[in-house]
Amino acid sequence: MLHALHIVVCAGIVPDPLQTLEPVTGANGPALKNETMLPAVLDPWAASALYEGANLVAKNPGSKLWLVSMGPKAKLQQVMMTVAQKATFELVPIDSASNGFADAHATAAAVADAIEGIPGLEKTRLLIFGGWESASRGAGVTLQVVGERLGITDQFMGVDQIEMREDGSFEVLERVEGGKHQVSVCAGAPAVFGWATGNLPEPRGNPQIGMANMRTVMPALQKAKPTTLADGGLKFVSATLPSQQRQTRVVKDLAPEVIAAELVEWIGAE
Amino acid sequence: MAESILVLTHADETGRSLTKLSMEVVSAGKDLAARLDAHLAIGILAVDSVSAAGTVGGIGAPVFGVSDEAFAQARYGTDIAGYEALYRAVQPTIILAPQSSRMARVAAGLAHRIGGKVDTHITAIRTEGGLEVSRWLYRQRIETVITRSERPWVLTFEAGVYPPFEGTGGDVVVEPVAVELPPKRTKVIGVRAPAQAAQTIRPDARMLFVAGAGWTKKQADGQTHALEAGELILGFLQKTGASLGSSKSLVDQGGDGQPVLPFLTHMNQVGQTGSTPRHAKGLATCCHGEEPHVVGWRFIGDRRAISLDPNCGWARGKADVVYVADAFKVLAKVNELLGSRR
Repeated sequence: MLHALHIVVCAGIVPDPLQTLEPVTGANGPALKNETMLPAVLDPWAASALYEGANLVAKNPGSKLWLVSMGPKAKLQQVMMTVAQKATFELVPIDSASNGFADAHATAAAVADAIEGIPGLEKTRLLIFGGWESASRGAGVTLQVVGERLGITDQFMGVDQIEMREDGSFEVLERVEGGKHQVSVCAGAPAVFGWATGNLPEPRGNPQIGMANMRTVMPALQKAKPTTLADGGLKFVSATLPSQQRQTRVVKDLAPEVIAAELVEWIGAE
Repeated sequence: MAESILVLTHADETGRSLTKLSMEVVSAGKDLAARLDAHLAIGILAVDSVSAAGTVGGIGAPVFGVSDEAFAQARYGTDIAGYEALYRAVQPTIILAPQSSRMARVAAGLAHRIGGKVDTHITAIRTEGGLEVSRWLYRQRIETVITRSERPWVLTFEAGVYPPFEGTGGDVVVEPVAVELPPKRTKVIGVRAPAQAAQTIRPDARMLFVAGAGWTKKQADGQTHALEAGELILGFLQKTGASLGSSKSLVDQGGDGQPVLPFLTHMNQVGQTGSTPRHAKGLATCCHGEEPHVVGWRFIGDRRAISLDPNCGWARGKADVVYVADAFKVLAKVNELLGSRR
């Protein structure tokens, strides 16, 4: 028997990984240099959650997928032009100048409020998805607090796989130490899943899905109300780039045998 | 404000001692308590917290324990209830905990339940101007020092920040703390290790081998040699016991219908979209790219690279040595030499 699920994916947006980041101190604390100019992408681990969620929805007829995403409205619109082609979803935007320096607790409060405001969402069918950590704050805090705020006490982090069972329960694989997975069986929804990479590749963009999604994405973005995040008592003493320059010795024109001998010695050296 | 510190720990798989990372955080607690002139307490979550407490003998601080069969399994609902009970018993202003998969699953939820805040992945603490901690943002690309005015403040520590506490042994008096556990909707049924032949990121390995997308690209003869590349890489891993990392592009290639290394999965991804493993040495092969990929070896001590491009972003300024050479030829010779040594 298949079970209709209500899957809400929480996914922030982050600067495109190919961009060089530089911290600067502004009037409101630290920020990224030229932050408004940096192209953005959907947070990578949360994007995995979106693809896995879309896959589950496809396998369970009657299911529905929402994407709750926080960021400046213009950035969200830019990111959605691409993301909307990957999976069918309904966007729940939160217009906020959120970045890696924002407090995770305040972020979670805004996200939880947005989820509670979704019309027709049934908690008995609810699965909250997201990345186990973001590529900005990298704290692994937001999803857990969202779950707590929604009263969901079955939570899984570092998830790579979910298998739905006929009785509505599901088996979950969570990453633990040593490259292993902890295997759990949960009785069913509601539950929170902080995804690692999962097992699915990034879907190819489908312009038809994109056009269908954008019919609801654009009005949702227009309606999104600006949200200011509290700092939660968090103060940044400093934000700096790590010293990373090494004096690289470039070895050219050596025979593979010579390089191999040097490497073997290096590998064996204590 | 006078601070009081609670170190939250958990037992290892034997149940008779605390995990190594827990013992490191016990050291952190002892050090921080001395620096802040703060009261220190230790909290233990285990099937039998008295049995697990032996490893903190001589700590010189009260030890509190929650014990239940349910704690044999790492599960959100029961773990968070146990840790919350420990917090309620001690009422500290600062809570230190290990950044283990078990604690990482509940630390933020716990902070919310007790009306506090949490900061994770702590890599250093300083107390000169009040309590300040270091953590990285943007996947190890920006290092920050932060402080918070709100209490209680939960801090989870990365491995290696402190040496493990070395107890003096002997009996430890554990004050039992009652805990009311919620109904268990989740049952842990085991741990699944990768197949023996499969290679993943293994924290215990001394070396990280990073396979880049170049292994599956067309070589000098105009052909791809993915099968040969796979054999060379697996041969190297078997001979060295190295941990295997890869870039997202190489892992994703299967979905794009390109030649693949079949043993690579998303578990191998390092860098911006994967893990940032810690090993003494790292060897990058056929890698290309810039900062987002290079964060994959931010915490690798001694780094070497084999690349046909001497200006590759993986290598220049990031590696200690870059060999400008064909990785197929070099690795074949390396495997040959390693094989003959055995």
